[in-house]
Amino acid sequence: MARKLDIIQSTFVPLNMENVDTDQIIPARFLKATTRDGFGKNLFRDWRYSNDDEAQPKTDFVLNHTQYTGKILVAAKNFGCGSSREHAAWAIADYGFSVVVSSFFADIFKNNALNNGLLPVTVTEAFLQKIFAQTNTETITVNLQQQTITIDATGEQEIFEINGYKKTCLLNGYDDIDYLLSIKEDIVNYENNLV
Amino acid sequence: MAKTLFEKIWEQHIIKTIDGGPSVLYIDTHFIHEVTSPQAFNGLNKRGIKVFRPQQTVATADHNVPTLNQHLPIKEELSRKQVEALIKNCAEHGVELYGLGHPYQGIVHVIGPELGVTQPGMTMVCGDSHTSTHGAFGSIAFGIGTSEVEMVLTTQCLLQSKPKLMRIHVEGVLNKGVVSKDIVLYILSKISASGATGYAVEFAGSAIRNLSMEARMTICNMSIEMGGRCGLIAPDETTFSYIKGRQFAPTGAAWDKKLNYWKTLFTDSDAVFDKEYFFDAADIEPMITYGTNPGMGIGVTATIPTPETINENDKSGLSKSLAYMGLQQGAPIKGQKVDYVFIGSCTNSRIEDLRMVAGFVKGKKKANEVEVWIVPGSKQVEAQAKAEGIDKVFEEAGFILRQPGCSACLGMNEDKIPAGKYCISTSNRNFEGRQGAGARTLLASPLTAAAAAITGVVTDVRELMN
Repeated sequence: MARKLDIIQSTFVPLNMENVDTDQIIPARFLKATTRDGFGKNLFRDWRYSNDDEAQPKTDFVLNHTQYTGKILVAAKNFGCGSSREHAAWAIADYGFSVVVSSFFADIFKNNALNNGLLPVTVTEAFLQKIFAQTNTETITVNLQQQTITIDATGEQEIFEINGYKKTCLLNGYDDIDYLLSIKEDIVNYENNLV
Repeated sequence: MAKTLFEKIWEQHIIKTIDGGPSVLYIDTHFIHEVTSPQAFNGLNKRGIKVFRPQQTVATADHNVPTLNQHLPIKEELSRKQVEALIKNCAEHGVELYGLGHPYQGIVHVIGPELGVTQPGMTMVCGDSHTSTHGAFGSIAFGIGTSEVEMVLTTQCLLQSKPKLMRIHVEGVLNKGVVSKDIVLYILSKISASGATGYAVEFAGSAIRNLSMEARMTICNMSIEMGGRCGLIAPDETTFSYIKGRQFAPTGAAWDKKLNYWKTLFTDSDAVFDKEYFFDAADIEPMITYGTNPGMGIGVTATIPTPETINENDKSGLSKSLAYMGLQQGAPIKGQKVDYVFIGSCTNSRIEDLRMVAGFVKGKKKANEVEVWIVPGSKQVEAQAKAEGIDKVFEEAGFILRQPGCSACLGMNEDKIPAGKYCISTSNRNFEGRQGAGARTLLASPLTAAAAAITGVVTDVRELMN
């Protein structure tokens, strides 16, 4: 059972960078674990710290700016490109985010996020820029049932797309494996009909 | 109705489609490795179920293995535990493992094709984005996350939405010194690192048709660098003769039957794509990247872009990229000092790549200050290189021939490029820190990398060719 999502209202962390690849989200040297836990502390490790040292936070990186907090990460286009490592989605969720907003997601990352109760919300470039223009105390509301994202301070809103099946899964905490196991007979029939 | 190559394979593998949702896609072959599978096996064990179709699952250890002294226990504890977990999981679930010490061990995307596991018309997945490599045989092959690995282990199926369809044509004859890596870096420089996101990409045209299987694999391998869901090339006589006689290739009547099917796998002449690009092979020169995504590439004689000359996609990231790389906008890339040369990875570590490098460096010596690592893609590639005396050529040139694995492509094992150092690399990603924290990667072909090994600087390989 994955975690359930419905309405998320929160301040946001602005990561105004394009082409953020999964090697940045979680560098390869942290992929040696055999469980899904604890990746959050190494999220954006090499952008967060100098010399791989937690005592040397990089002052120019947004996760080190204490005025930015919240459950929503907002990033520029082509977020999550590169390696298929699901550890990237695990790290973002483990850090405390429930939603990632971008104008464009890489395919594999998007699937990985959806499979971990982390909601990727695709907005237009113009709407993204409006979010980036908000201050750190303003909140955003993401309503999965309604498929809306709202800048609460201005009331500006967009509707976002999500596959109906995936929406049901996220709202109810279902996962794909439960579904696939339930149709095993169909799968065996398919195999038996292969020539 | 006219269909594309992708659609022919896709439709054959759909078990059912959920109303308004994704389709249930049957997976013929599932490759697994030590890094992205342990959590998936944990999931199965938690549910108390076994791998559904172990005979359609192939395992190897590649991402996290040392490339020296593979006969000794792995020194680094976490890496060792991960490799041991793979051994245990495969044994418990009846999955064939080509682990360290096995004559078939190697990079998953090198061993699949060389063993004849990879065949046209298949659906193939692996918890690794470069699974797109196998599309060179006319199969639908793509990378998946660990939750999806768990789905395939439990049911041999995935829930997938049909991607949009793109075709990229490259017509004409390649210039001297230009190889398939240059073609794909050139396409990337034109359409950007996100240019194919949401698409399955078919590569077509005479320049593609004339490539060997190894060279085609290099192109499909990097289709993920354009964001493509997968890359495909229609199978033809080159494909069939590559497969014939390999370990797991069909034989006898089964071969004839497969061959008849494989010959139906092409895009019908009036099939429709959502997007098409046309490129001329004659426009391509040896390529090299200067930035921190694979779309940031230029011809080796060109100058590094400025905000005025760069394409829209990379404009906002240019100054950050160049600051990381320690390079100047508007400066020539040729002549840039190189500290390391890495020839390897699922992009360019096949026997043909090693032959190409050996043919070029024979009788030459590496520049003194450069360190050169050659990492073969598999034990079979390594054995073949030794049988052909290629290892001697490398030794005389001062190159180090290591043992198979992913190595410095992602720097997960100890093969890391030190911070601030420049590495010309035949791998697929030049992301910040990809080859080690602070490492600076210049992506290029095996030929261009070999030329830099000899001169110690970024070099136009054509100037050193007879």
